[in-house]
Amino acid sequence: MGISRRILAGLATATLAVSVTSCGGGSKSTLSYDDEITVGILHSLSGTMAISEKTLVDTEIMAIEEINAAGGVVVDGKSYEIKYKVEDGASNWPLFAEKSSQMIDAGYPVIFGGWTSASRKAMLPVYEEKDGFLYYPIQYEGRECSPNIMYTGATPNQQSEPATEFMFKSSPAAGKPFFLVGSDYVFPRTSNTITKEQLKTLGGEVVGEDYLPLGNTEVAPIITKIKKALPDGGVIINTLNGDQNVAFFKQIQDVGITPENGYYVMSYSIAEEEISTIGPEFLEGHYGAWNYMMSIDTPASKTFAENFKERWGSDRVVADPQESAYNMVYLWKKAVEKAGTFDDEAVRAALIGVTFDAPQGPIEVMPNHHISQTVRIGEINADGGFTILDDFTSDGPVIPQTWNQFYPEDIGYGCDWSEGGGGRKYKM
Amino acid sequence: MDLFFDIIFEGISIGSVLLIAALGLAIVFGLMGVINLAHGELIMVGSYSTFVTQLLFKQPFLKPFYGSYIIVSIFIAFIFSACVGILLERLIIRKLYGNPLETLLATWGVSLLLQQFVRGVPLAVGPGIIITFISGISIKNLLKDKFLNFAYKKYIDLSIWAFSVTLGILSTNFIASNISRLSRADSRNVDVTAPKWMRGPIDIFGETYPKTRLWIIFITLISVVAVLIFLNLSEWGLRIRAVTQNRSMSECLGLSSKKVDTLTFAIGSGLAGVAGVAVSLLGSVGPNVGQNYIVPCFMVVVLGGVGNLLGTVLASFGIGIMTDLIGAGRLMTIWPNMPESLANIVNFFATTSMARVMIFTLIIIFLQFKPSGLFPQKGRMVES
Repeated sequence: MGISRRILAGLATATLAVSVTSCGGGSKSTLSYDDEITVGILHSLSGTMAISEKTLVDTEIMAIEEINAAGGVVVDGKSYEIKYKVEDGASNWPLFAEKSSQMIDAGYPVIFGGWTSASRKAMLPVYEEKDGFLYYPIQYEGRECSPNIMYTGATPNQQSEPATEFMFKSSPAAGKPFFLVGSDYVFPRTSNTITKEQLKTLGGEVVGEDYLPLGNTEVAPIITKIKKALPDGGVIINTLNGDQNVAFFKQIQDVGITPENGYYVMSYSIAEEEISTIGPEFLEGHYGAWNYMMSIDTPASKTFAENFKERWGSDRVVADPQESAYNMVYLWKKAVEKAGTFDDEAVRAALIGVTFDAPQGPIEVMPNHHISQTVRIGEINADGGFTILDDFTSDGPVIPQTWNQFYPEDIGYGCDWSEGGGGRKYKM
Repeated sequence: MDLFFDIIFEGISIGSVLLIAALGLAIVFGLMGVINLAHGELIMVGSYSTFVTQLLFKQPFLKPFYGSYIIVSIFIAFIFSACVGILLERLIIRKLYGNPLETLLATWGVSLLLQQFVRGVPLAVGPGIIITFISGISIKNLLKDKFLNFAYKKYIDLSIWAFSVTLGILSTNFIASNISRLSRADSRNVDVTAPKWMRGPIDIFGETYPKTRLWIIFITLISVVAVLIFLNLSEWGLRIRAVTQNRSMSECLGLSSKKVDTLTFAIGSGLAGVAGVAVSLLGSVGPNVGQNYIVPCFMVVVLGGVGNLLGTVLASFGIGIMTDLIGAGRLMTIWPNMPESLANIVNFFATTSMARVMIFTLIIIFLQFKPSGLFPQKGRMVES
């Protein structure tokens, strides 16, 4: 009994220590600040999404520490140290909404959070009702534009559209038919609708489309269909999620659906982190499209990757979602300094037009609460990274379209939250 | 004719994954009547053992034999899952025989426990626990006759376990210090890669087939034959059948039904481990891998008729062929000129998501007419 009580006490101390470290802001420097400001971070630290979302928390903490080390946020001549409070959304979408509501009520000026579209859709009504402000860092399907959310990931015209055009016009499978594969939820279905409409305009042909229910990894019927629909090779657009990618890539290689035989897969959810879990030997020669890739050969990109490794361990990698998460902390800081106050309304107004030299290159906040970013196409290499195809990198940042101009119901619409703008969805 | 063989092959390859996954459950649920919701996690244990074996074979002293790791891992996975199964039976299920609801809840709890174990504990601890367990049990059994009546039995027991625990800790340390990936907890999915000779397509009579699928069919075939031989021709198989048919009569005749229960459960769990090897060749290995298979497993066993292995075999191949026929859009190829209204319906269901819906619907309809499955249990069962 005595022993077990001691163990319990030990456990309690350990948990306490963990919770203390996770709440306290990281201020290792000896800089002095005039005041402090606490921001909220809301990601899944447990459950199925924890693996992915934990990397975002790490990146956001790194960005905050960098800003603090450089003197913090300066408002009205006063320097503020950024503190942060991390909350766990536990891969549970209603919980994301509940925690958001609590955090807005607790008075956090800004919240960084979310990964899945489902979590964002759950949080959106809370932020609009309570007039809070959320930064959301993941590339997504578009068709949403909230005054209370800043989206720092790519919209389809900053990822899937240039990728489709590349595959159809310039890839080794140029001119060949397309097959679309995805997991069965909103992002793949919306993304593929856009791809189909775009291919109609380009004159390409879609010979098949199939969706795998989430949690199902039996890909044999889909592979049979691909073999039948694309007997002589072609392009496969892949929007599968997580584990399903592993099953898919292992098994298409087994039946000879490989780049050597003229089949090229373009994936929208596979970044450096995923390449290492699937195994580069299954992915070599296939393609991906992102705004940031770890292999970008600029000082800014290299510093970002090196700082991350130094802070969190030399075996860690950085990828597009992390770069977005990193950028959003800086965009918020710049908007606050531009507004000269932490007051949400003023910061929101100041946010539009803010620019930042991101690891991917220059980015700018557009009136539709999305950012202009550079688009890159990469070929996956044997080392588990992307070989960036420089000829197909966009000429400078691409303007985001939240209402996609290929999606039948959205053609001709735009979104503008600037002073006197048309709002959520207006006829351009 | 080509089309016919294609359908049969695809159906069998989908079905054999279902069959190998459900085979262990068919024994545990079918013969013992235990609803084991942790069956999926026993598959997961098998998959993780494959991963650990793979890493062991990347070590310098085993490197030359790397190509054969997958065969070794079948045995290791069987032993690991069987050990976890024995622990599960001895510690939890034994106390709950005859209470299906409580068993269901308890095994569901165990499944969560095992998932969190692989998420939160360094994998090197797993083999350590299994080695402790095996060494403890086997030393005790070896010494049994000589020391059974010895006055210091308690202390000998204690020292045996102390020795086994030390052995377990040493082997955990050995594995952790040699393979860094096993020395820290990692909730990310892990990669099992089949050796080169098992990957890629192979030509048989002018048709290409994926090698991994052929291997899985082969492993499944061997497992089914081995189970049938064991149950029908061996002495312990006879005892298992006897206890299944009439527990109290068997006990009256001097059979230890406790031993038989443990053995049956161990074999069922071990087969789940073998399924884990097969599953890891096809997809990714992670804490959730078992969750993907548990529902299809129960579906196969119920459809085949509880307690009948032949039924399980036919049910899994039946579901496999139906999945291919509906999900891969074969019906249109077989009958290209079907009337347009029918073609629209067929096309509607010719996606993987809808095929699953369709198959479940067909199974529900089938069970309306034959509630006990393809082959209902016949004979003078005490429980029925």
